[in-house]
Amino acid sequence: MFQFTIRRLILAIPTLLFISLMIFLLLELAPGDPMAQVPLTVPPEVKEKMREALGLGQPMHIRFWKWIVQFFWIEPQVFLDYVFGTSFSEGKLRVISWQTRSPVMDIVVQRLPQTLWVVGVAYLVGIIIAIPIGIYSAYKQYSIFDQAGTFISMVGYSVPPFFSGVFVIVIFSVNLGWLPSIYDTTHVVRDWDSFVVQLRQMIMPVMVLALQITAQISRFMRASMLDNLNQDYVRTARAKGLGERVVVMVHVLRNSMIPVVTVIALGIPSIFGGAIITEQVFKVNGIGQLLIGAIQANDLPMVQTLTFMFAVLIVLFNLIADILYGILDPRIRYD
Amino acid sequence: MTELSNPTPSKPPRNQWWDVWDQFKTHRGALIGGIVFVLIVLTVFVGPWFWTIEATHIDIRARNQGPSLAHPFGTDQLGRDTLARMMAGGQTSISVGLTAMALALFLGSLVGVLAGFFRYLDGPLMRLTDLFLALPLLPLLLVMMLLFREPLNAAFGPETGIFILIVFAIGITSWMPTARIVRGDVLALKEREFVLAARSIGTKNSSLITRHILPNVLSPIMVSATLGIANAIITESALSFLGLGFPPDFPTWGRLLFDATDYLQQYPERVFWPGIAISLTVLSVNYLGDGLRDALDPRVRGR
Repeated sequence: MFQFTIRRLILAIPTLLFISLMIFLLLELAPGDPMAQVPLTVPPEVKEKMREALGLGQPMHIRFWKWIVQFFWIEPQVFLDYVFGTSFSEGKLRVISWQTRSPVMDIVVQRLPQTLWVVGVAYLVGIIIAIPIGIYSAYKQYSIFDQAGTFISMVGYSVPPFFSGVFVIVIFSVNLGWLPSIYDTTHVVRDWDSFVVQLRQMIMPVMVLALQITAQISRFMRASMLDNLNQDYVRTARAKGLGERVVVMVHVLRNSMIPVVTVIALGIPSIFGGAIITEQVFKVNGIGQLLIGAIQANDLPMVQTLTFMFAVLIVLFNLIADILYGILDPRIRYD
Repeated sequence: MTELSNPTPSKPPRNQWWDVWDQFKTHRGALIGGIVFVLIVLTVFVGPWFWTIEATHIDIRARNQGPSLAHPFGTDQLGRDTLARMMAGGQTSISVGLTAMALALFLGSLVGVLAGFFRYLDGPLMRLTDLFLALPLLPLLLVMMLLFREPLNAAFGPETGIFILIVFAIGITSWMPTARIVRGDVLALKEREFVLAARSIGTKNSSLITRHILPNVLSPIMVSATLGIANAIITESALSFLGLGFPPDFPTWGRLLFDATDYLQQYPERVFWPGIAISLTVLSVNYLGDGLRDALDPRVRGR
């Protein structure tokens, strides 16, 4: 198991390097000039200096290497400095955004809490709703509850977040006027009243994201419960006189949770991706919105760094899911 | 030896697709899904012959109207008929969905069959699939939209250019699940006796694949086709919704939804038409896929 973990960790490094190269090349080989917006009255030698100031003067491989160094070597140093008050990174060049001329990571750190709050709460809510639904619809397979659950999860799969988001805005903000349609990120929670305001503005984005998550996870939970309910050990447990509650909630549930836990781990990065649209609908000032803004402003360093961060998340959680699988299920130890 | 009670079968042999159809009919959701999908496709492609108002016809005096006999779905802020725009938008959305699905299916089946059939290709191709699965797809799609829009517009004109770009971008980022499923099935099929028999009479690899392997992996491919349509329609709408899809004067369902959100306060009903169209199409296709999966699986079919 330990060997397997180490092997996977080592394999993740070339994967990540290759992905970063692909993102870099995609941005690099794409036609289009970042200096295209500069007026024609600017003399060519000034333009050349501006180009160099953006870090565009050198050949491609040197810029890729510089970006790698900045991302993997200098940014962790900045983080260390921030945590321990040291000064490793003093005077070193960081990844700079073309829009704001400030380090990309600083902006990411400013935006991250909003995304994490909304997405994290939605994920938790989704899981908490999905697991009981999955258990019950598997236990009463083909009952009315099961049919309704299937239908609702089909709807959750099929209704895209940009429609369900707008739909709840029309109902709860426009018609009923109960909830604000725009998420105010400058809002600070100080006392009970401001906490209620925060809660009210979080309801709708969380609802939209949680619907999708619930749809996915409840299906997995149901399928996994159904696999286990017909196993011999369940009959044994019933035969020796255990109560139905103990059989289902202890014996079957614990075995059914194994694949579901890995699916939950695998879903975390895709929720970051899906949050791009939800953030756009509710004007949440998070990572997804930052990416859209950077794409529209042609801010290549920002786009590159953010896309790569998403890739790191995906690779990381794939790894976590694989390792969790081995830890939870002794039958699939990778020895 | 006892005589067979009925030496010649009284009924002619049935095509296996009739069995598939019988099983498919018992899945009510799938049947309704299939009918709804066919209806939507028919409305969108045949409807403009009967509803002859142009989708781009501007009648500024009839702007912002509610539903009426002349305009059953109302009109937008420029007086364009919403029903006509919905049909034009549906043509684009469904065409993108079908074409992107076909491309993804082709790539996925190709990679899956090659990886499953040729052992020396298995490792590299599956690493490639893993790599593509680790890519952050939506951000990459957005970046591709931004970067390649202008040159393709210049080369093929604004509408064809963006159509090619969207289809290509969706196709190239959604072939991986198909490839994995097909590879798994091919790996199992390759060891079966009929493949051995075909090989022993000297069948070449190419005809072995087209005659014996491909027809047998048709059912997972068909199921991923339905899921692929749903995925492609949602992705295209998401891109249009984020303002990075088709140009504003070229309606698609996602674009109509995006335009309607500006008038959310005054005319909330305008959001619902494209939203319901997208959701209904995707829902019906998903149910269709669910039914197909059951109908094409011989283990389920007998029950």
